[in-house]
Amino acid sequence: MRYSTFLIQRVLLSVLVLLGLSILIFMIARVIPGDPARIALGPLASRSQIEALRAQMHLDEPLYVQYAYYLAGLLRGDFGESLYTHRAVAIDLRDLFPATLELVFYSGLLMVVIGVPLGIVAAVWRDRWVDHTVRLVSLAGVVTPAFVWAIVLMLVFAYALGVLPVAGRLSPGLVPPSAATGTVTLDALLAGNLRAYLDFLRHLILPSVSLSLAGVAQAARLTRASMVDVAGRPYIEAARAFGISESRIALKYMLKPSMIPTVTILGLDFAALLGNAFLVESVFAWPGIARYGVEVILRKDLNAIVAVVMIMGLFFVVINFCIDMLVGYLDPRIRLRQMEDAA
Amino acid sequence: MTPEPLLQIRDLHASFVSYRGLARVLNGVNLTVGRGEKVGLVGETGCGKSLTMRAVLGLLQPPRARVRGEIWFAGRNLLALPSRELEQIRGREIAMIFQDPMAALNPVFTIGDQLLDVIARHPKGRPSATEAWERALAILREVALSDPERVMRAYPVQLSGGMRQRVLIAMALVNEPALVIADEPGTALDVTIQEQILLLMRSLVDAKGLSVLLITHNLGVVRALTDRVYVMYAGSIAETAPTADLFRTPKHPYTQGLLASVPKLSGEGVPRGIEGMIPDYLAPPPGCRFAPRCPFAQPRCQQPPPWVTVDTDHQVACVLYDAAPAPRLP
Repeated sequence: MRYSTFLIQRVLLSVLVLLGLSILIFMIARVIPGDPARIALGPLASRSQIEALRAQMHLDEPLYVQYAYYLAGLLRGDFGESLYTHRAVAIDLRDLFPATLELVFYSGLLMVVIGVPLGIVAAVWRDRWVDHTVRLVSLAGVVTPAFVWAIVLMLVFAYALGVLPVAGRLSPGLVPPSAATGTVTLDALLAGNLRAYLDFLRHLILPSVSLSLAGVAQAARLTRASMVDVAGRPYIEAARAFGISESRIALKYMLKPSMIPTVTILGLDFAALLGNAFLVESVFAWPGIARYGVEVILRKDLNAIVAVVMIMGLFFVVINFCIDMLVGYLDPRIRLRQMEDAA
Repeated sequence: MTPEPLLQIRDLHASFVSYRGLARVLNGVNLTVGRGEKVGLVGETGCGKSLTMRAVLGLLQPPRARVRGEIWFAGRNLLALPSRELEQIRGREIAMIFQDPMAALNPVFTIGDQLLDVIARHPKGRPSATEAWERALAILREVALSDPERVMRAYPVQLSGGMRQRVLIAMALVNEPALVIADEPGTALDVTIQEQILLLMRSLVDAKGLSVLLITHNLGVVRALTDRVYVMYAGSIAETAPTADLFRTPKHPYTQGLLASVPKLSGEGVPRGIEGMIPDYLAPPPGCRFAPRCPFAQPRCQQPPPWVTVDTDHQVACVLYDAAPAPRLP
C-alpha cells in the first residue's frame, strides 16, 4: 500500500469522526431542557409568536428532519442565526475564530520551541543543577492554572512595570490591516504592515505566555522523561561504542525516538489550549471564540453552541490528523505496520 | 611465543553505587590480548565479563560507576584519556559487536543512516557520499547479506535477527579496527543462525588479521574460536591458558566445575553443576571469592589467592598450586 492511500484513509476516518460529533452535539442541544424559541423571544412573547418562530426554526418537525436541515446547513457553512446577536453564526465565527486560532498557534509554538529544548537540556545534563532547575520550574508551571498566570503576568508586566499592553489585540490608534484572513499575522504580513504586526506581537506576549506556560512545562517534563528513558536503551550504548559523538547521540539517536511519545501527548495538550483559552481571553479582553463559546452556552444560544463545538471538534480532528502523520513519520514501525494492515 | 600485547588490562577494579550500598564487582582483573590474537573471556552470567568490556570502551561513567586500574591499548592508558580522545578510539581502533541485535540498532533510523554515520568516522577522514555508499555496500556484501541496497534502505524492524546481527558485525568492522570486542555474538539467535554468525566472524577475523576479545558463557564457542582463554569468576580472573590446554588440563576448581557442567552429546547422565551461587557483590568473601563454593577450600583461602604459573602460558589463581610462592603479576 502506498503512503497516499494511507493518507486518504486517515482523512476519511476524520470525516467520520466529525459526522459522529455533529450527531452527538445535535442530540445534546435538543435534549437540554428549555425551549430555545421561548428563550430567544423573552418572557413577554405571545404563544403564537413562539409557535411561528418554532416553525421557522423547524423545531416542530421530527428530530431526523431537524438533523437533516442542520447538516445541510453545516455543509453550506451556514450555522443559522444566533438567537442572541441576531447575526449569522458563521459571521460571528469568522470574526472571532481567527483571533483564537492565532493565540493558540503562538502558544503551541512556545510549547515546542521552549519546552522541548528545555527537556533536552535537562536530560543531557541529567541530575545536574540545570536539570533540577528545569524540573522544579516545570513542576510549578504544570500545577498553576493559566488564568493565575494571566493575572500575575498582567499585574507585573502591564500594571507594575508597564512594559506591555494590558489587554486587546492591537493598540487603539492603529488601523487594523485588511481583514483577508482575520488573523493579524497573515493580514499584516501580506499587506507589508510591519508596524501592525509588531504591535500585535506586543499584545500577544502576555496572553500566549500565560496560556502556554503549563504546556511549556509539560513539554519539558515529557521530553526529559522520554530522553532519559531512551538514554538507557542498548542502541544508545551501541552508538557510543561505535564512536558517535555525544552531541550527535543526543540530538539524533536519542531525540527522534524520544519524540514519539512526546509528540502524541503534546498534540493533545495543543488541542487542549483551545479549551483553556477561555479564561485567558476573558482576562486580556482577547476577541476570541473561547469567550464567545462560554457566553453562548450561558444564553442557551443553540445554533451558536453547535457551531462553536463543531469548530472546536474540527480543530481537534485536524490536530489529531497531524499527530498521526507526525508519529508515522517519526516511527517507521507504526508506519510500516499500518501500511501492511491496510494492504 | 606470546605476541606483542595490544590490549593490556592491569588490576582493574570497578564498583557501583546502588541504593543498597557499594557493589564491588571487578576485583583486580588482569588480561592481555596480543596483536592478532583471539582471546576468550568466559564465565557465568553476572561474573563481570560485560563490565570488563564496557570499562575498556570507557562506557562506565561516574558518578554511578567507580573504575580504578589501568587499561593499556596501543601505548595509551584508556582510563587516563580525556573523553574526547576516547571517542576517537571507539569504533575506529576498538570496535564492539553487541549481544542483542534486536536492541542494539536504533529502531527509527534506516540501516544505511546508521552505517553511514559510522563510516563518516573513518580514521582516514570522512569519505565522499558516493564513496561512503560504496563502502557500505561492500561491507554488507562481506558479511554475506544479499541485496545490500535493500538492507541499506530498510529499518531494523524489517530485517530478521540474523540479518541484524550481520549488520552489527558490518558496523563494527567497516572502519578496520585493530581490536574487536564481541559480547556473546549470536546468543539472542537460534542455534543454527548462531553457528552461521560465528563461522562468518571467524572467517572475517582471520581474513583481516584482527585481534579479538570474545566474551561468552558458551564453552563450545570458546573452543571453536579462540587461541587463549581467560576464565572469570566473580569479578576476577581465575585461570588463563591456551585454549587447548585449558580444556585438556583445567587447574582451577572453578574451571573444572565449569567444564564438568557442560552436557555431553552422548547424553550419559545429567551434568554436574557447581553448588551455590555467585557471591553477593555488596559483601564479597574476603579472600578467594570462589572459596565458599569450592570443594577444596582451606583456611588459607581467606587470603587473596596467589597467581601461580603452572605451565607455559598457563596461570591459575589458586592456593592448591602454590608449592613455591610465585610472584603476583605486576
